[in-house]
Amino acid sequence: MRDLIKVGMADLKVIKHPGVLTTLGLGSCVGICLFDPVTKVTGMAHIMLPSSQAIRNNTNAAKFADTAIDLMLSEMQKLGADKNRLICKIAGGAQMFSFQSKNDMMKIGERNAEAVREIMKSHRIAIKADDTGGSFGRTIEFDSNDGMLLIKTIGHGTKSI
Amino acid sequence: MADYFDKVNNAIILDVLKEIGNIGAGNAATALAKMINKKVDMKVPKVNVMDFSTVPELLGGEENEVVGIFFKIEGDLEGTIMFVLSSESAGTLINLLMPGVSVGSFDEFSMSALQEIGNILSGSYISSLSMLTGLNIQISIPSLAVDMAGAILSVPAIQFGLIGDKILIIENDFIEEFGSESVQGYFFLIPDVDSYEKLFNSLGIQL
Repeated sequence: MRDLIKVGMADLKVIKHPGVLTTLGLGSCVGICLFDPVTKVTGMAHIMLPSSQAIRNNTNAAKFADTAIDLMLSEMQKLGADKNRLICKIAGGAQMFSFQSKNDMMKIGERNAEAVREIMKSHRIAIKADDTGGSFGRTIEFDSNDGMLLIKTIGHGTKSI
Repeated sequence: MADYFDKVNNAIILDVLKEIGNIGAGNAATALAKMINKKVDMKVPKVNVMDFSTVPELLGGEENEVVGIFFKIEGDLEGTIMFVLSSESAGTLINLLMPGVSVGSFDEFSMSALQEIGNILSGSYISSLSMLTGLNIQISIPSLAVDMAGAILSVPAIQFGLIGDKILIIENDFIEEFGSESVQGYFFLIPDVDSYEKLFNSLGIQL
């Protein structure tokens, strides 16, 4: 029986092997998974918005891509992870409802995913797998044993990346 | 506007929102009754301000399949309105509207029927809001999605996320005449950040 540890919306968890981190029903939010293959320190964040800048009520670091990644990196390093070894996998960032709109909020999924890519680039962390976009929800499970990311959907199959 | 929800927790504002909900739901029930040609009762709508994380439980958990119908609010106020119901409630609605049509899965026909129902219900809501505020407000054409509750709810959650960690939810129970069928639906009314003040000012509430 795998030990599933749930990460909620605007939440993040960092563990050391064993254990599987999971977040259920990702829509436009992005699940950010980080894994150190040597120490098997593993983290997952479920972010809702690209940036904490220009948002007054930004006390929950796990809600924003920028602050969540900073917090996750520092907690993983505390558990012995080496930033240079980290691999990253991301999923989510869907656009659940289609509209022809100039409104940026409709494309929030895409903007979330793009923000995560840029921040990872600035930290020189490679994104090994990227399953973002589309118009459907995803449940993800990230295994601290091998850093494999399992993605489940309704009607769009299941895959492991 | 960061402390908007502290203010919303203020009893007067909750009462106002509840009253809008009430009138909106009354209009929606009348519209629904006309559509299915049966009498429709409703319970008094519940208006709640909840944490994001507890909302999916209302709909059977994050992975449960639900139907979301989404509209943009346009005019004097800008924002979005979303109507969400469980697959079971959606099935019940389709059956009431088109008796005998089986709804094992949502085909194009049932989806377009649901879009239309969502359109009429949300339209009733918005017109009562428009009436009470004296603002000119319309809704766009609907967009429908059938997917995991967590994914559907991420849309209003993100929009509320711009101003806080809570979400405003209006719960409606519609009951068909003989009480044999009931439909639970949830409305999420989400003015854009800049529109809150306008909304409350027009209701005579100073934020």
